[in-house]
Amino acid sequence: MDAVKRRKIVNGVVLVLSTLAALFGLMWLFWILGTLLYKGLGSLSWEVFVGDPPGPGDNTGGLKHAIVGQTLIVLIATVIGIPLGILAGTYLSEYGGNSRIANFIRDLSDVVMSVPSIVVGTFIYAIMVKPAGHFMGIAGSISLAIMMIPIILRTTDDMLRMVPPELREAAYALGATKFKVIKDVVYRAAITGIVTGVILSVARIGGETAPLLFTSFNNNFFTLNMFQPMASLTVTMYDYAMSPYKYWQQLAWAAAIILTFGVLGANILGRVIAHYKFKK
Amino acid sequence: MARSRGFWADWTFGKIAAISAFLVVAILIALAVVLYGESRLAIEAFGVWKFITSTVWNPPMEKFGGAPAIFGSIVSTIISILIAVPVAVGIAIFLTEIAPHYLRTPVGVAIELLAAIPSIIYGMWGLFFFAPFMRDYLQPVIHATLGKLPVIGQWFEGYTPGIGLLTASIVLSIMILPYTAAISRDSFKMVPDVLKESAYALGATKWDVMKDVVIPYAKLGVIGGIILSLGRALGETMAVTFVMGNQPVIPHSLLEPATSITVTLANEFTEADSDIYLSSLFYLAFILFVMSFLVIAIGKFLFLKRVER
Repeated sequence: MDAVKRRKIVNGVVLVLSTLAALFGLMWLFWILGTLLYKGLGSLSWEVFVGDPPGPGDNTGGLKHAIVGQTLIVLIATVIGIPLGILAGTYLSEYGGNSRIANFIRDLSDVVMSVPSIVVGTFIYAIMVKPAGHFMGIAGSISLAIMMIPIILRTTDDMLRMVPPELREAAYALGATKFKVIKDVVYRAAITGIVTGVILSVARIGGETAPLLFTSFNNNFFTLNMFQPMASLTVTMYDYAMSPYKYWQQLAWAAAIILTFGVLGANILGRVIAHYKFKK
Repeated sequence: MARSRGFWADWTFGKIAAISAFLVVAILIALAVVLYGESRLAIEAFGVWKFITSTVWNPPMEKFGGAPAIFGSIVSTIISILIAVPVAVGIAIFLTEIAPHYLRTPVGVAIELLAAIPSIIYGMWGLFFFAPFMRDYLQPVIHATLGKLPVIGQWFEGYTPGIGLLTASIVLSIMILPYTAAISRDSFKMVPDVLKESAYALGATKWDVMKDVVIPYAKLGVIGGIILSLGRALGETMAVTFVMGNQPVIPHSLLEPATSITVTLANEFTEADSDIYLSSLFYLAFILFVMSFLVIAIGKFLFLKRVER
């Protein structure tokens, strides 16, 4: 009976340890989240959303330039990334199937997905910023689009392959061309999944800082010109948090909470759609 | 016979889709070629082995060696994995075997959402909250415990304002924790219930089932997940930039400020004022690209491939 007792004790010890590990891990994560809520919500005000950027040592000013810049950069990245990602995913699922070349592209796309984001930034710097001679918002959008395409490709591919082949065959039997089948049958059947993938990819790239550091850079003025340096919430956070001015640091926390709400909001939206779609 | 409009729509769509798919391949090739091309100048000036082993990073003298940055990247990644993996596996065990069912979904979703928080937030928290905590509370504890050990004790010496290699590694470990935990949990979940139930029927305790059924079954998935987390830690920039200290030296103690490839790039890239300086930074980026490529390739093709079958 001794062996049984020992096993029970070991079992108890391990269960307690892993519960402690879970609590330990969650404690850090909630410390960070608590800090963010406490500092961030305390820094929010109307001024933050509509004010122009503060000068050094100023005690008023806001993030209008960065909020607009962030929105524009992510929006353009989405406009570039969505069609390319969806088309590439469509090719893999509808034309490539299980061929070697399609699987090869799938693997490479996973590799692109895990290229460090700062490396993507240096790449765009070399091919766009250096030849142009100045930083520009559009370069930031393209960096983000490069990170987005593999994510959308992956989900589109997965979602289209879940559409039953009988649906396609029924449409072909009616004399539809391949393009018509894809457009009117396959996309319709998979639309919710594709939209979910797109939203999750926006959530994923929306909080990225590193690819913007050397591409869209930063701008202390409000601009809508994508071919000029453009402020973003993330790069502004980086600059303001590192600055010695109290008000700037406060604005960095305000930017942090706005960004987190945006990213988590998109993430939750994507999950809710996926939940209702796949629950039935 | 004239071809109908339908044919041309079909043909065009197929071609555009194919071009989009091959664009992904083109991006990867272009990345490698451009990074290599930009670092040519530095490769010719400093060579490969000499660049990797030289510890001199002196922009005014135009002498560049990558050893401190490469050292910092590798060491911070290893430490963060050493801290994160046991905790993440603990969380995964907790979520799949211990937690009451009504807790599993909310805690699991909470962890996945935490993985979605932008990494710069971890960095800012590290700078404003964790670094002072490290200085005031953890450093004395580390001096009194790890610092007293023979041989490795010297790695834990010195007084700093809380910013350094170990601080960065800990912040990094917290950042990859939700990611690693989510992958481990998913691997554990894939173990068929029948297997577990048979073991329970033989009188196994929960730990026996974990040790002899779940972990052997999920091993490859978990290792693959750990390697993917490793790739993530290696390429992570914002969580470490705030707290690493950006000192281009190989520190004597883990508590001292250091640098890593990503930290060097984030801090110096826009300030590089000579061609050779910029080229050396591209060289570092190229090395990081190759390292993460190898890590991902090993993780995906050696471990995760076998899981899928």
